[in-house]
Amino acid sequence: MIAEAGLAALWLAAALAALQLVLGLSALRKAGVAPGAGDGAGKASRQPFSTPFLPSAVEARAGPAIGGPSTTLGRNGRGGGHAGPSTALGMGGDEGSQAGPLTALGIDGGGGAGAGPSAAFGADGDGQTSGAAALGAAIRPLAIVQGLLALFAFACLIALFVRSDMSVKLVVENSHSMKPMLYKWAGAWGNHEGSMLMWVTILAVAGALVGVVERRLREPTLIATLAAQAAIALGFYAFLLFASNPFARLNPAPADGMGLNPLLQDPGLAFHPPTLYLGYVGLSVAFSFAVGALVTRDVGGDFARAMRPWVLAAWIMLTIGITAGSYWAYYELGWGGWWFWDPVENASLMPWLAATALLHSVTVLATRQGLRTWTVMLAVVAFSMSMIGTFLVRSGILTSVHAFAVDPRRGSFILALLILYIGGALALFALRAPTIREGTPFDPVSREGALVGNNLLLSAILGVVLVGTLYPLGVEAVNGEKLSVGPPYFNAAAGPLALILVALMAAGPLLRWRRDELGALARRIALPALLSVATLGAVLLVSPIGVLPLLGLALATGVGAASLAPLWKRNLRRTPLFTWGMVIAHLGIAVSLFGMASESAFTKEKLVAARPGDTVAVGPYSVRFVGVDPIAGPNWTALEATMVARRDNGAPVTLKPQARFFPNPPTETNESAIATRLDGQLYVVLGKGDDDGRWQLRLWWKPFVTLIWGGGGLIALGGALSLLGRLRRERTAHDRRAYL
Amino acid sequence: MRALVLALLLVPAAPALADSRMAAAAYADTQLADPAQEAKATALMHTIRCLVCQGQSIADSDADMAGDMRALIRRRIAAGEEPEAIRRWLIERYGDWVSYAPSTKPVNWPLWAAPLLLVAAGVLIARRRFRRRR
Repeated sequence: MIAEAGLAALWLAAALAALQLVLGLSALRKAGVAPGAGDGAGKASRQPFSTPFLPSAVEARAGPAIGGPSTTLGRNGRGGGHAGPSTALGMGGDEGSQAGPLTALGIDGGGGAGAGPSAAFGADGDGQTSGAAALGAAIRPLAIVQGLLALFAFACLIALFVRSDMSVKLVVENSHSMKPMLYKWAGAWGNHEGSMLMWVTILAVAGALVGVVERRLREPTLIATLAAQAAIALGFYAFLLFASNPFARLNPAPADGMGLNPLLQDPGLAFHPPTLYLGYVGLSVAFSFAVGALVTRDVGGDFARAMRPWVLAAWIMLTIGITAGSYWAYYELGWGGWWFWDPVENASLMPWLAATALLHSVTVLATRQGLRTWTVMLAVVAFSMSMIGTFLVRSGILTSVHAFAVDPRRGSFILALLILYIGGALALFALRAPTIREGTPFDPVSREGALVGNNLLLSAILGVVLVGTLYPLGVEAVNGEKLSVGPPYFNAAAGPLALILVALMAAGPLLRWRRDELGALARRIALPALLSVATLGAVLLVSPIGVLPLLGLALATGVGAASLAPLWKRNLRRTPLFTWGMVIAHLGIAVSLFGMASESAFTKEKLVAARPGDTVAVGPYSVRFVGVDPIAGPNWTALEATMVARRDNGAPVTLKPQARFFPNPPTETNESAIATRLDGQLYVVLGKGDDDGRWQLRLWWKPFVTLIWGGGGLIALGGALSLLGRLRRERTAHDRRAYL
Repeated sequence: MRALVLALLLVPAAPALADSRMAAAAYADTQLADPAQEAKATALMHTIRCLVCQGQSIADSDADMAGDMRALIRRRIAAGEEPEAIRRWLIERYGDWVSYAPSTKPVNWPLWAAPLLLVAAGVLIARRRFRRRR
């Protein structure tokens, strides 16, 4: 019953998405801004939109002075509540009840239901545009209901897993009644169909959220945005319903399931995929905003300010997801590696790189009106990377091009969606980009200049990762030759670019907007630079290490100091929250870089075959191997080693690494044991035993390795502070406007 | 120095002392006595693909085959072979697939040119955005 309800909800959501798309398109067509209708005949009818709000409103925001009376009116109309006749929207009663609770919740930034735009819709007073308004007004509730339905379907799937309903194929294949509850729950997204359902759910809920909270965009742009979001959702609903139905039944139902891959039976599974997917799919909002703004030719400061919180939120989630995923791989795989340049990792790194670039360019657009086309392009690219990532991970193409060719249904379905959406967005971009007015050009030595450098380098790194990830697939598809592109390529090609980027990151925040002097910059950055040189010298004196780690260590100290410099001589309590955010995020990069460089340069490794009673020295520790005992867990049995580690004369630490055996499905895993200290981690793993009574032990001492993830946490924290600061400033700005 | 020579003499001799199964395991998960040689071997192992795993190097795989390949690499390094020579031998035997370091064959030229081309294209695009300094 639950499965059928979930499937029905999914179908209904898909139908609503289709309706949302059709409504949006026809509203835009009637208003004369849809790409098809707009270019030829719509010149005149487009006027009502563009004249009152663009470009005057944008220009007024840019300058310090308050704009002319007409723009002030226009903006008040949007911010101040029901200024326009709400009947022009065609559903006054509904709209009122809709807006009421939202305002009470305090999420409604605009105070009312888009009165300004409704005035714009009604401005001509002809039947067509008010019809468009009526259609457009329905699109918000549609998006919200669609989101709720998708959420309901996802809840149904979780319920099936929690109840261990073995009549559902997906549950049988990925769960087992004896599994701990957390993994029954998380098992719902630890597989292809479930994770795709989660993907679509997040997409739909994000669209619903845009419908609920977004009051900043002009109504036509919002309609176009929600239509774009629906278009994406529609394709992926179709993918679920026709190629990956998570609710398919199995008849007859087996007695029990086949269990979940034990590597996934870890708390990491409960949190890692949802955060990563929130980031991945959160970027869809930026994509839809970009498409919406292109359709209505509305690329300006307002668009940038509306998009920024969404990008920030998605970026925070991606940062947390990647950081947590890296740590998960580090302790779960049992070989001490934390980044493998594996295509699946690259699939999550690419959207992050694009989102990081977007985050910085959107700031240029919001504050200085620059980089308009570029920002739109990045917004399209960022979500395109999410979709490419989804394709890479979900199509099976990574195992081999041939595996993809043998069962191409799912892969080619996603590939078709990819081509449709990315191609469509790029075509729209090519069509509209020439009509976007670029802001005034700026001096190379300026904050904008540094941010352009940031964008350039991030894009180049993104390109390197993308090329490196797809290259083996391309070569194999063309001439059947199988080759591998791995760490040696990525480190050599992306490493130097990343180091230049980090150096630039030290300088950027110390530069003024518009125009600055190199001499002044040199004075501001002298102390951090000196620190870098000192570190370089100190490391060279102590021990010779590789070039990349050496430069990494040297840069990390200097950049860490430089990232704090924007706080220098400032009243810390009056420093805006988003400045704190930037400082902490940049510091996080330096901290993380220090951890990476230190780990790769100074790790001590020890692989031994030891008998109980033996003592092994690794780094500053001497570790006594006490013995091995069998133990049993809820759904596994294990051999557990006991090791006592001692450092100098410090207190002994007991470590208990396990070699686990899972019967459902039969698998062996290594559970490493880790002792975390301020200056690093001692990481031990129990390997196989031999007939002689000796056990293979793997031990590592990894100095400052924790800084890698600590830095990641700081980066996410900085993002969160920045987001909070932006929202708060918007709120006060809005309140101030309301009292004017 | 004497210890080093002794270790070098002992390492190739070790398989003869123990039974064959243990020998492979010992090489797979036991380090070479000379830290410099071990560092060379480890660096190479991190760039050799485990052929039976999904996206893992032989340096971080539990698979038996990965262990055998680690043993092979340590044995050859101990015998004085250069890492790149071992890589060439592995590629000859298993194909380009086995090496994570793309070769410099013509098929890989676009790959190696990509970073330079990307940066050059970026600079060209960015230059238009800048105002000439007065």
